[in-house]
Amino acid sequence: MDLALIPNGVRRCSLKTFAPWMLLWLALIAWGLVSALLCLYKGLNQTNMNHYFAFGLWIVFDLSVIALGAGAFFTGFLTHVIGKAFIPSCVEDLKAVINAAVVIGFICYSSAIAMLGVDIGQPIRGWFIFWHANVHSMLTEVSFCITVYLSVLTIEYLPIIFSNRKLKEIPEIDIFGNNLHHIVALFAAAGAFLSFFHQGSLGGMYGVLFGRPFAFREGLFIWPWTFFLFILSAIAAGPSFTMLCIWITQKVTGKELVKRSSFALLAKISGWLLTTYIILKIIDTISWAYGVVPRAGLSFMDFYREPYGLWLFIAEIGIFGIIPAIILITPRFREKDGLLIIGALMNVTGIVLNRFVFTIQTLAIPVMPFDKFMTYFPTWQEWGIAVGALGYGILLFSLSYRYLPLFPQEVELNPIAVSGNTAKDF
Amino acid sequence: MKKENSAGGTKYGMVIDLDKCTGCGVCTVACASENNVSVLYDESDKTRNINWLQVYMVTNGKKFPETQIAYIPRPCMQCDNPPCVPVCPATATDRDPNTRIVSQIYTRCIGCRYCMAACPYHARSFNWFDPSFPEGMDRYLSPEVSPRMRGVVEKCTFCHHRFMRAKAKAFSEGRRELEENEYIPACVEGCPVKAITFGDLDNPGHKVSKLIKSPDVFRLLKKLGTEPKVYYSTGKSWIRRMADNSLEGEFKQPNGQKPRE
Amino acid sequence: MFPFCFEWTWTAGRLIFMGLLYMVLGAISLGLLYAFVKTWLKLGKFDKS
Repeated sequence: MDLALIPNGVRRCSLKTFAPWMLLWLALIAWGLVSALLCLYKGLNQTNMNHYFAFGLWIVFDLSVIALGAGAFFTGFLTHVIGKAFIPSCVEDLKAVINAAVVIGFICYSSAIAMLGVDIGQPIRGWFIFWHANVHSMLTEVSFCITVYLSVLTIEYLPIIFSNRKLKEIPEIDIFGNNLHHIVALFAAAGAFLSFFHQGSLGGMYGVLFGRPFAFREGLFIWPWTFFLFILSAIAAGPSFTMLCIWITQKVTGKELVKRSSFALLAKISGWLLTTYIILKIIDTISWAYGVVPRAGLSFMDFYREPYGLWLFIAEIGIFGIIPAIILITPRFREKDGLLIIGALMNVTGIVLNRFVFTIQTLAIPVMPFDKFMTYFPTWQEWGIAVGALGYGILLFSLSYRYLPLFPQEVELNPIAVSGNTAKDF
Repeated sequence: MKKENSAGGTKYGMVIDLDKCTGCGVCTVACASENNVSVLYDESDKTRNINWLQVYMVTNGKKFPETQIAYIPRPCMQCDNPPCVPVCPATATDRDPNTRIVSQIYTRCIGCRYCMAACPYHARSFNWFDPSFPEGMDRYLSPEVSPRMRGVVEKCTFCHHRFMRAKAKAFSEGRRELEENEYIPACVEGCPVKAITFGDLDNPGHKVSKLIKSPDVFRLLKKLGTEPKVYYSTGKSWIRRMADNSLEGEFKQPNGQKPRE
Repeated sequence: MFPFCFEWTWTAGRLIFMGLLYMVLGAISLGLLYAFVKTWLKLGKFDKS
């Protein structure tokens, strides 16, 4: 039925199969919309956030998806900005995944911004961050950069949309898409610049909290060490997440969409960045534990109380930090599909844990000696919005995969017999 | 009176005598009624109700007959180095250069709650609900203080509207300076044992500026460097120990002070 | 947000932050403008041919 929209030379499942797949994600989006409407109509009392937990699931989710969506800017930076000059042998492997990375990035940032729209107490006043901008606040920096970066991602997404078979037939769209693509290096560079600052500022947001010794870090000039650590962890997790999404797509569609060399490259990039990050994170933790912590009159174990106990620290840095780093940097392990995916998954989990620790654990810990240690668990409305964002992401990615030439190597890896149609029922 | 503050402004601060405080809570009630603080449908939920001046109960942890308890009223510390001001993305909070009071613009606040994450004293409250007042209480609301809408952060302002009222009165009398007790917040006025003293910390003529020089005086979480302008006074060292975190053996008595346990 | 706003002062923070922001916004806008103009011109030739 939608044969005309499907790219040339590839096969897609019938609409009879695709429709229920989409309905499932639409159901999640519906849950998300109901939750959002409740929160906007009744107020944030629909959540389990309170005066102690000013930030909750949504902020953890936002920080996580922004870190995971870093694959878009980093792959773009490697491909379009430094690719030809410094790593020409890797460009083909990167180009195989760049479109998917851009779509994933777009999904991540658009859902983050939508979620923030519900999270703030007065969403209609959201534009005040821009209009009454406080240039000293890390959150201002984050807001500006993620908004502008979303527009950059939209500009990078447009040529992919315009390469749809039917849309390409319209000369205005075809030519415009091509022209945008010719200057993609400019947008990739702008995207890299913006991403550097907002990934960093998300870390800076916590590092500047000198009233919270758990999160506070010293640093370089106005930038706490968390600024740089968050950038590193984002570019370590981003390529892994891109790889995971493509791997899942391959499993669901039953096709090979990129050559294994692309996965190997993404894993290698992730692995070495993760290794660097973990080493620096350990150094930072030690210097914080011997610097900031005793100066505040506290000791390391003061910060770890169940359910946010020491296990969280070991999980974040040890289990989901050191182990995936070893897996991803060792060529012998990278060659095994199972280990590769496990390594990527553990890498991504570790970075999500890091965002959780900085958000939830920081707020759980009392600073005044007579204050309480608190715990937090989200309500179904909070989960609803997170799950809705997930549904939106899978829905948009599915649509992009079905109707757009997301994977340039797909045709080569899945040759169709000459007499075959471009779309067949399986 | 000659002011030490060369900028010409005033450094308003408080000293709360914890040895006098009985934990009666009149200060909290006076604050809430003065400032049109919304009443939650379930005020027992202390994680969500709005309380600008929270009274904490602390104990020395010893068994009978050595048990002691004390009450620590905690308004906004009105820090001179506030952790909440630089983090607000919409410049909805600022430290006033003239009075050194940390203000909050309710109509500008977007409710991101970053300032709440920054404040170690939990001085800031968020309006998780629409404001509501019990039947008939709306007739007691003060016209000098704007009520807050849902989704914004609020906190103690040292009853800044009273400062404005006092200033207007002084202006009308041809004066620019305020006398010592012309402007006092509601909590100070309400306290039945006069445990709270308020005034210009830099003005040698004001009682507070003398009180803060006493060795009995301390501030909460001094090590963090927030420079709070709310001081506490007690002769009991176990309470002073509660004011800040300290490592084993780190807590010291002020020089020459004999601990009154 | 804008230099022509009421009581705007070019403090050090604003110079750096807003300065860099406007530069990036400018670069992106110029890129978009370039793509638009090039498309417009090519369509013009297309129509003529």
